[in-house]
Parts: sequence; C-alpha cells; structure tokens
Amino acid sequence: MSQIPALIPTLLLLAALLSLLAGLKSQRAGYFLALMGAGASFLVSVLGLVEVVSSGQAIRYAMGGWIPPIGIEFVLDHLAAYMTTLITFIGVVVFIYAPRSLHFESPGKATFAYPSMALLIAGLAGMTLTGDVFNLYVFLEIAALAAYALLAIGERGGPFATLRYLLIGAAGGGFYLLGVGFLYFSAGTLNMADLSGLLPELMENRAVMTAAALMVVGLALKMALFPMHFWMPDVYHNAPTVAAGLIAPIMTKVSAYAIIRLFLDVFPPGFFTETLPITATIGWLSAAGILYGSILAIAQHDYRRMLAYSSVGQIAYVGLGIGLANPIGLIGGLLHIVNHALMKGLLFLIGGAVRLRTGVTRIPDMKGLGRSMPWTMYAFVIGILGMVGIPPTAGFFSKFYLLLGAVEAGAWIWFAVIIVSSLLSAVYFFRVTEMIFRDPGEDPAETSREEGGEKDETTPDQPQGDPPASMFIPIAILAAGVILVGVFNFVIISALLERVVAPLGG
Amino acid sequence: MDQLLNWAPLLAILVSALAAVAIPLTGERNRNLRETWTILASILKFGLVASMIPGVLAGQRYGVELLEIAPGIELALRVDPAGLLFAMSASFLWILTSFYAIGYMRGGKERKQSRFFSMLAVCLSATIGICFSANLLTFVLFYEILSVATYPLVIHAGSEKAYRIGRQYLVYAITAGIALVGGIALIYGVTGTLDFVPGGFLDAGAGAPMLWTIFILFAIGFGVKAGVMPLQSWLPNAMIAPTPVSALLHAVAVVKAGVFGFVRLVGYVFGPELFGDMGAAIVLATFAGATIVLASLIAMTKDDLKARLAYSTVGHLSYIVLGIALLVPQAMLGAAFHMVTHAAMKITLFFCAGAIYIHTGKKKVSQLDGIGRQMPITMAAFGVGAVGLAGVPLVGGFVSKWYLAAGSVDAELLIFLGVLLVSGLLNAAYLVPIVTRAFFRSSEEHPRFGEASIFMVGPIVVTMLLSLLLGIHPDGIFGFFSVAEAIVESVTGVSFSGGG
Repeated sequence: MSQIPALIPTLLLLAALLSLLAGLKSQRAGYFLALMGAGASFLVSVLGLVEVVSSGQAIRYAMGGWIPPIGIEFVLDHLAAYMTTLITFIGVVVFIYAPRSLHFESPGKATFAYPSMALLIAGLAGMTLTGDVFNLYVFLEIAALAAYALLAIGERGGPFATLRYLLIGAAGGGFYLLGVGFLYFSAGTLNMADLSGLLPELMENRAVMTAAALMVVGLALKMALFPMHFWMPDVYHNAPTVAAGLIAPIMTKVSAYAIIRLFLDVFPPGFFTETLPITATIGWLSAAGILYGSILAIAQHDYRRMLAYSSVGQIAYVGLGIGLANPIGLIGGLLHIVNHALMKGLLFLIGGAVRLRTGVTRIPDMKGLGRSMPWTMYAFVIGILGMVGIPPTAGFFSKFYLLLGAVEAGAWIWFAVIIVSSLLSAVYFFRVTEMIFRDPGEDPAETSREEGGEKDETTPDQPQGDPPASMFIPIAILAAGVILVGVFNFVIISALLERVVAPLGG
Repeated sequence: MDQLLNWAPLLAILVSALAAVAIPLTGERNRNLRETWTILASILKFGLVASMIPGVLAGQRYGVELLEIAPGIELALRVDPAGLLFAMSASFLWILTSFYAIGYMRGGKERKQSRFFSMLAVCLSATIGICFSANLLTFVLFYEILSVATYPLVIHAGSEKAYRIGRQYLVYAITAGIALVGGIALIYGVTGTLDFVPGGFLDAGAGAPMLWTIFILFAIGFGVKAGVMPLQSWLPNAMIAPTPVSALLHAVAVVKAGVFGFVRLVGYVFGPELFGDMGAAIVLATFAGATIVLASLIAMTKDDLKARLAYSTVGHLSYIVLGIALLVPQAMLGAAFHMVTHAAMKITLFFCAGAIYIHTGKKKVSQLDGIGRQMPITMAAFGVGAVGLAGVPLVGGFVSKWYLAAGSVDAELLIFLGVLLVSGLLNAAYLVPIVTRAFFRSSEEHPRFGEASIFMVGPIVVTMLLSLLLGIHPDGIFGFFSVAEAIVESVTGVSFSGGG
C-alpha cells in the first residue's frame, strides 16, 4: 500500500520506455504496452483513492529510502488522489481512442505518439503526487517535453505553434524554478511538508514573497490564465485530436492544481490572501478571462479554436475558485477541474470523430451531422449541456458552488461574471448544436468552404455514420461521466473535497 | 398504502421519462406501438397523481428524499396542494393532448414524429418534477430540463424562421434559468436553506437591497416563462411549434411552470407578509395588471388565430400572477383556480385552432367566415372557451375571475378590479367575434358538415365539458376547487370552511 504514490508515475514511465522500444519493432506491441501502463496506473490510482478515503490518512513514500526532508517524498493525500485518478482516467480513455484517430490524422507517427502520451500522463501524475517543490518542476518539464512532441506531430501549423508554446512553456518553467531557488535559499528545504512548518516564521521575508510570486506566475503561464493564454488557441487548433484530448482536459488543470497546492499546503494560511494578494489577483484575472474566452469563442468558425477559447474561459472558473478563497468557492473550482476535464475531453474527441467521418472541422460545415452521426451527436448535446451548466450535468454544480462562494465572499462582480458567462457559453455552443441538427439542405458545405479559405486537406475515411467502437466507447464513457459526476457530485465533495479545503477553515 | 404513495411522485416523473426512451426506440417502424407508449404513460401518470388527492387534502405530504445533491441540499420531492393542483391539470390534459397529437401529427403528415412525442414526454416529466419539488434546487433542476426539452419542439418545423425563433427562445429560457440559479445562490447564502415552507422562510433581516436583488432575479426567471411583460415576446413566436405543443406546453405546462414559480416564490419562499411589506407585491401586481390590458389590446390586432390566442395566454397568465401578488386569500384562491380553468379553456381554443388548420388549412381569423357550418362541434367548443375566458357565468373562467375580483376589493386596490373588468370586455371583443363569424356569416368555402378526425374532436369535446363543469360545479371533478382552497389555507392560514 505504501508504494502506491511512487507506483503510479513509475508504471507510466516504464510503459513509456517499453512502448518506445517495442514500438520500433511492432507498433501494435508498443500500443499495447502503453495502454497497459495507463490502465495499470489508473487501477493503482483508484486503489490509492479508496485507501486514502477509507483511512482518512495520506499515503507517504520516501523515494530510495531517503528520509524527507533530505530525500524526495511522494504523498498521496485527498487532493492528490483526486487529481491522479482524474489524470489516469482521462489517460486510459484517450488511449482507447488513440489508434484509429492517430492512424487517420497522423499516419506513421503513432509509434512515437504512444510513448509521448504515456510520458505526458506520467509527468502530470508525478506533479500531483510529489511532495517536493523542486521535484514538481522536474515532472512539469517531463510533461511539457512530452506535450511538445505530441503537438508537433500535428498538421501544417503544428510545429510552429508548438515552438511558440515551447518558448512560453520554458519561460513558465523558468519562473517557477527561479521561485523554487528563492524559496530554498530562504527556508533551506524543498519538501512541502517541511516548508509549511518553516514558512510561518518567514512570512515577512522579501525573498519568500518573491518566490511565491515567481512560482505562481510560472504556473499561471502554464495554466493559460488570462492574459497568459495567448499560446493556447494556435496549439489546440493544430494539434492532433489525441494531443488536444489529453492536454486540454488535464494539463492546464494540473498547473492550477499546483497553485492550489502551494496556496493550501505549502505557504502559511493567509499568505496568499493577505500578505500577498495572490488569490485576489488570480480571481480578477480569471473573471476577465472568463468573459474574454467566452466572447472570443463566439467569434470562432473553427470548432477546435472555439474549444480553445472556451478553455481559456473554463480554466478561469478554476481560477475564480482560487480567487474566492473560501471553502465552498474553492470546492466549486476543484469540482470544475473534473467537470471541465470530462466535458472538454468529450468535445475534443467528438471533434476528432467528426473529422474522421466527414473531414469537417469548421462549424458552418457541420450541418446534418445529427442525421449522419446520431449517437455521437447525442453525446455532443450532453457535453454542451454541461458546458452551459444545465442540471443535472456536472457543469451546473461547479457553477452553483462558485456562485455560493461569491455570495459568501460578497464578490458581486464575480457573481455577475459567472451569470453572464453562462449566457455567453450558451450562445456559442447552441450555435453549433443548431447547425448539427439542421437538415443538410440545399446549402451544401462547398459554399462555406470556398469563402472560408481554410480547408482541411485530410479526406474522410469511409464509411459514414457513427465512429468505430474504439472511438465511440471513449466518447460514451465521457458523456456518461458528465452526467454521473453531476448527479453524484456530493459524494465527491464529502469524500474528498471537504478534506482538501479544510485548511481554509469553516 | 401511505408508504407506497410516498413513491408516487417519483413514479409520476419517471413514467413519462421511460416513455421518452421507449418512443424513439420503437420509432417510425411501428407507429401504433409508439403512440401506445405515450397514451399509456399519460394515463399512468394521471393515475399516480390522482391517487394522492385524498391524502393530500387530508393533510398528508407524500414524498421522498433521493440523495444529497449539494452540501445540505437533498434532491427531494414532496407533494403539497399547490404542486398537486398544477400536476393534476397538466397530467390530465396530457392524456387528451396525446390523443389529439396523434390526430394532428398524422393528419398533418408532420416530420420527426418520434422526436416530437419523445420530447413532449420529457417536458411532462420535467413539469411534474417542478410540481413536486420540495426545494428550490430540485425545482430549478427540472425547470432547466423543461427549458431545454422544449427547444426541439419549438424548432420542429425545421425552417429558417423556426431556427431563428428557436434561438430567441433559448436566449430567453437560458437567461431565465441562470437568473434563477443566481437568485437561489443568494437565498442559500442568506438563509442556508432552500426548502419550501408554506408562509415563506426568508425574513426581513436580510436587508432590503438583498431581498430586492433576489426578487428581481426570480422575477426574471419566472417572468419569462409566465410571459409577464416586457418578457413575453418569445411566447407568441413560439407558436410556430405544432399546435399540440402550443396547446399543452405554451398554454398549460411550460408557461404555468413560470406562474407556479411565482406561487412558490410568494407563498413558500418570501411568504405573503414579507413580500407585501418589502413592496415587491405592488410592483409585481402593477406589471401583471399592465400585461393583462396590453396583451388583450395586442390580441385584438392579430389576424393569425394562434397569435391571437398566444396574446390571450399572455394576458391570462398575468391574471394568475396578479392574484398571487394581491396577497389576500380571495385573490390567491382565484389565482390558484384560474390555473386550472384557464388551462381547460385555453387548451380547448388551441385544440380548435389546430383542428381547423389540419382540416382546412386555415390559420387566419379572417378566413373563418362560415366555418361553423362545416365544423359545428369544434366551433361550439371554441365558443364555450371564448365566453369562458371573457368571464361569463357557467364556464370555469367566471368562478376564478369572481374570486380575483373579490380579492382586489379585499386588497383595497380597486384599480385592479377595473383592470379585470376592462380585460373581460376586451377578451369578449377579440374572441367572441370569431365565433359569430363562423356561425353567422356565410361562405362558399365551407359548404357542408365535415369535422376533423375523432382523435381531435374527442379531446376538444372533453376539454369543453371540463371548462363547463368547472364553472357549474367547481369542486365536481377531481376536487380541483378543494385543492385550490387547501393551497390558500396552507400559505395564509385562512380557512375557507364550507368552500365556495
């Protein structure tokens, strides 16, 4: 049991290595090994989750037997269990989806895609599990490198967008690392638990304040918090579906997680709220980001760009939860991590399925899909209802808790922002829904393609209809998840999240 | 028995949800089986609702708490007189609408019939859910489902115009929904509870700005569906939906859900006392009064029959809102009873309009000269509904209007008595000429007798008889009037011993 925290990333790292070696001989074997690794890590995560919830205790593991704070410690507590289960779950789902999609979108590159995917998941899981601020940086860079590799196999604009992302990602990582350095020189330790014991005495220390600011700025860049989001739309637009399907749901969220971890468990209570106004700053930037992302999403004609701008807005809901800095508001933000991961994963995977069947990526060309791919489109409607926040989908509840948090904090402007943004997301998502359920009619796709200019050169893969099972099952799982998490959201809250936000009191 | 009945509200919701799944699975291949699901579900649903009438009148409150859906808030159902009254009228009229819709959809050779019947069933599930919600969160959950499920019915025609109207409908419905969610968050923040309590659970300690913000958010949330001006403009447009939808949803279920929301808001959240003291009541009454007069005036100008009926609906919904806002027991009783009588009368009129359209293709009032010769039963039923809405005795509308008028005297707000009288005249002015035209003008186009199919005429006759019975013996059918009295008693504490 006590090895669980280390086992999760290790299994994935091992799978990535073996998958690459085997994949050079046989792509199928490479895929199989990576899938096994993801599956095993998911099972171990669930096991860890059950253990943590039933015992109420965090599971700690000292790497290599070096006792912390000297050695690196891995900690599976309530928050980490919540995150790793989500990460590995999305990982497995996307892995099931991957072969057909990669074969179609990036033929011949799958051999390297599978190890990269496993590495990405390993990096993200490692970030959530580590109890060491420097080690978090290491995993952050592992995840980032894997992500660059995955994104660069995308279409024409992919490598360039990825290069830009790489530069910005490196800057983000650099800021964070610099902050870690400041922290180490001030406190003399990198272990999170140790830091939380030492930092209360260093509250007024300028170096510690600088450290906190640098770390948060670095993570905010990675999280694509407005106005540090500018790299994201191009990246998602050009990414292969599996890369977007992994990165959009979980990667930005893990950076948000890291900020929450610093806020709750590393820095002393009140440091982020009073000593430095970090949470308030994040809250205001998020409020702006919610409006900005939603409004720009309305203006997009490309489905993936629309999802990207929508993500700018959606990640900001998590940021708003941080900004509210009260238990119910932060619960809303944390719940939205899972909600948005499921919904955005669902919508990206559906986009990939539509592309596979029809070659279409532009919204005006999506007419008539309701007839040709009915089941996929039912799943799409569930995703949309979640994004808009219609009960009983998950999206409703996270917004409801954010509203409750805003009431409690007396944050009336944020209250209004949440309300207005729901209307905006209704506008851009129902526009797509309407298009999909229209009859193809006499206004064929050609016209809009001619004036649109931007054509998708990939040709559709016959036959027509709903996608093959390997792609549809992940879509169905995620769609079911959007509803189930909504209906049973209180189970998640009472078992996990109430413990997570306990440092905030109340 | 009482133990079992605790599950009746849940079953009443689920039975049509099951039908909504069974209908598309059966599909076009076996249309008779598919329609059987609708009929079966509607009859079962009404049976379940009706089985609770005696117990609820005796003071029982059936219900279940399903699961905790947010910290401290259960997904919970509870049957009280107010919910029961709305559920009774909606589920009874669904039975008739089911038969009618079969005649209408087949007669008109409409497209996408499976989707139509399935979504109609979803709407009814959501409506009954609204009726039986024990707290605001459960209420808004079903309210939002109702909003979304109505959309496919509004765009049913699939034309460019239908999509445009569908967009407008969604903007209104989503705005309303999110305003409600905001209002609920405020209430929860202030009180820490969302459970409906007869007589209300908010208190003046929250402060006037907070109470007014809550009121305005809820007024938007419910006002949209209830068609209170200036939030009404989606409703006449939504008449582009097939007539059974206009008849059941946009005269009974959806719009009354908004009105019912006001019942819950005033009677069970604010409480009449606080609502009056803070001054919200007179504001709401003013908006409702203005809506009554304006909608009637606009209705006079409409040549399209369904548009005229739609504006009439807008006006009559505000009768109910006015009755609630007057806060005196008599007016509340009138409002509660008008929920039933208006439903019966207006659905009759819509059924007639649909029968005329399917049978003769006529949509405009000016085309109906002499149609009474061809469709005498339909037009006679139309006549009953028309005079009933105008408030003529022996039809249900008279009874509810009587109490509303008595209430405005009780409340010492005679201006609203004037509004009611003027509106009665206007109602007569825009509805009765349709009947006189049909019977007393002659036209070459309607030479001899020939009614629409029995599927349509049957429900028309039943709703007409219902309208009459409600006027002659208000408590005669299903105890509608007793249930209405029970609502007022539970909210105000005033007892109507012996009844009206």
